[in-house]
Amino acid sequence: MAGPMNIFDVAGRAMAAQLTRLNTTVSNMANARSVAGSEDDAFRALKPVFRTFSNGPDMATVDVERIVQSDTQPKKRHDPANPMADGDGYVWEAGVDEPTEMVEMIETARQYQNNVQVLQTAKSLILETIRMGK
Amino acid sequence: MDRIFGIYGDALALQSQRMNMLASNIANAATPNYKARDLDFDKAIAALADGEPLADSTDQHIGYRIPLSPALDGNTVELSTEQTLFAENAVQYRTTLSFLEGRIGTLRRAMVGE
Repeated sequence: MAGPMNIFDVAGRAMAAQLTRLNTTVSNMANARSVAGSEDDAFRALKPVFRTFSNGPDMATVDVERIVQSDTQPKKRHDPANPMADGDGYVWEAGVDEPTEMVEMIETARQYQNNVQVLQTAKSLILETIRMGK
Repeated sequence: MDRIFGIYGDALALQSQRMNMLASNIANAATPNYKARDLDFDKAIAALADGEPLADSTDQHIGYRIPLSPALDGNTVELSTEQTLFAENAVQYRTTLSFLEGRIGTLRRAMVGE
């Protein structure tokens, strides 16, 4: 980014990162309990990797560096009636830990809201500063 | 200018810088290994009152926050702490602004002569 960051860049980029995190959580929740015919094909939870981005001494915002698959193992279940089942009658349920995802979702929402609040406060303070003496 | 506005101009600059730092902490609430930083406003303003230049006094009084309960991922941001300090700093910024307004009002009345 050209030039120094301001507080709107900091909060704005953090909101974008939190939104990416929310998107991965939603994908994970949507795929929870979905089954696959082999362990390799089973869905594994997606996790964003956050990294601090800074181009000045006292400003730091956050970027999503990449999105990785979590190491939560798919659950093997015996379900011969399932058309996806393999030769031995097993299916693999997606490697998604639903309670963890729920907690993650709530935390993401809270942190997103915090950034919105920072933005609102900063905006009103800057506007008041502009109006100073009028 | 400095004598007209006294310490308030510098105080506003410090509070604005602190707002940026606290916003950075809140932005990095979920970043592993991020260490929250803060500016010790009281010490910085005392140094300014002693005649230190603004840039020196801010750099010296920036430190890392000591978390109440350290997180496993090495992140030291505690949202409740940061949020409280951010709100407190915003109120202080507004207070400084209203002191400045008062000063401007005084000068204006002196010039216009109501």
